[in-house]
Amino acid sequence: MDLTILSTKGIIILVVFGITLLIAMYSTYAERKVAAFLQDRIGPNRAGPWGLLQPVADAGKMFFKEDFIPSQASKWLFILGPCLAILTALMSSAVIPFGDTIRFSWDSKNYEVAVQAIEINIGVLYIFGVVSLGVYGIMVGGWASNNKFSLLGAIRAASQNISYEIALGLSLIAILMMTGSLSLRAIIDEQASFFEWNVFTQPLGFIIFLTCAFAECNRTPFDLPECETELVGGYHTEYSSMKLGFYLFAEYINMFVSSAFISALYFGGFHYPFMDLVSGALENSLGAVAGHNVATLIGVVVFFGKIFFFIFFFMWVRWTLPRFRYDQLMNLGWKTFIPLSILNVVITGAGLLFNFKYSTWLIAIVMIVLAVMSSARAPKRTVVPQQTV
Amino acid sequence: MTETITFFKTLTPTGYLFLALTALTLLSAISVVTARNPIYSVLGLIATFFCLSGHYILLNAQFLAAVNIIVYAGAIMVLFLFTIMFLNLRKEDEESKTNLTKMASVVVGGILMVMLITIFRAKSAQVPVVNATTFDAKTGLVENLGNLLYSDYILPFELASVLFLVAMVGAVMLGKREAGDRHF
Repeated sequence: MDLTILSTKGIIILVVFGITLLIAMYSTYAERKVAAFLQDRIGPNRAGPWGLLQPVADAGKMFFKEDFIPSQASKWLFILGPCLAILTALMSSAVIPFGDTIRFSWDSKNYEVAVQAIEINIGVLYIFGVVSLGVYGIMVGGWASNNKFSLLGAIRAASQNISYEIALGLSLIAILMMTGSLSLRAIIDEQASFFEWNVFTQPLGFIIFLTCAFAECNRTPFDLPECETELVGGYHTEYSSMKLGFYLFAEYINMFVSSAFISALYFGGFHYPFMDLVSGALENSLGAVAGHNVATLIGVVVFFGKIFFFIFFFMWVRWTLPRFRYDQLMNLGWKTFIPLSILNVVITGAGLLFNFKYSTWLIAIVMIVLAVMSSARAPKRTVVPQQTV
Repeated sequence: MTETITFFKTLTPTGYLFLALTALTLLSAISVVTARNPIYSVLGLIATFFCLSGHYILLNAQFLAAVNIIVYAGAIMVLFLFTIMFLNLRKEDEESKTNLTKMASVVVGGILMVMLITIFRAKSAQVPVVNATTFDAKTGLVENLGNLLYSDYILPFELASVLFLVAMVGAVMLGKREAGDRHF
């Protein structure tokens, strides 16, 4: 490979890595601010202006706390657990296309490099594989702690991830059928015009995917692995100092990657309405190279806007919805989402056969009608006044 | 000695990668058998699957590598780990390691090894050698694999799917709670 392309790719990989860490770091701050906003509080505001240095202070505290390993714990696996968690979390952002291409000339040669760490033609499968490995960090750490609560948390995490992976994969298949490619860039390019964004063609698939993403990230309302009312701290009960920090950090990185994945798969990635007009005008006024680069930059900014919205959405849900019970969680995954996503695949296939892209709206309409009917037929609940003795 | 040195000098970077990966594969596979604690065995097996996926990538089969990781390392091994964590909460289970079972496993493993070596020695001359100039770089990629599966190998593919369906229905039947069974 050309050395220039290689070094540009190296820079892009480093930048993506840095941005992932930075966003994960400030997600902790954002989470506390959003929580404060939703609960009518002020939130962290002591470290630096508006509390902006709070993540740095937290990290400093984490690093200087005592690094404790329980005496009965299996020492190497206890260390391996958080390492695996953060490793798998950081691996997944490698294939996400953050923008279109950058054009530049170097040494009197013209280059066009994609704003993406690596472009492989099985990008979706890569992310799916890495996500399915993420549970090992939790399982190994939970088991190695030699604590019943940790083990229960780890077992919960494992069964939850396996259950929701199936529905996640099935809802993805509908998109893959529409695009005909496993490459994330191809999926994004398919959604160039606004009404062909997959959220409009696959509304049901989007809802299933979003819910499964919550479950895969172990976020509320599915955060049963670390359910504090039942399991103390769940799988990280025994962890302290930066090992605990790694687990918490991995959760925020996963959240960032899922947000990026959702925006790439369903919300057109770096595309936005009237993008052709904007990039055409820019290339006319600034020239083919500079105009294209500026248009790419705007696309990247738009993509990050979508990502930030979904990160906010994750937090919004966390501080709004209560936690599911464990049997409800399993019933929702196996008895509702898997049949629905199979139905979604079938209907999408039928729609593709007749060249009609919006076929899955049929299921949505039928479901809404059924919901209205069932609520209309349900016996009216009357409020019985309490008898006073 | 000089032969080994010249052999290492002629290797391409891919060759070095292959050697390193093979060493890692063997090490993790040996650790599966030798580890005392079943949890370490399972972790060794996961590492082995990873190394095998690396081999698939070296053989230009990206799709197979990804699916190997998703299905084996991501799903099946999680279930293994899950079950072993439940089973083996207390002491190591030494009952199953009698001399008889050890002997039997040595015999079975030895026969398998002899068989594999014989097949390899007999058939290695017939394996087609890849011509670097006419080789299609997209051979192992997902599009070609899909085309092959749904044209030349459609019958075995569908039969395997039916087999999976039968296994799934069987598992549901076995796991179904009958009337009067207690809840765990």
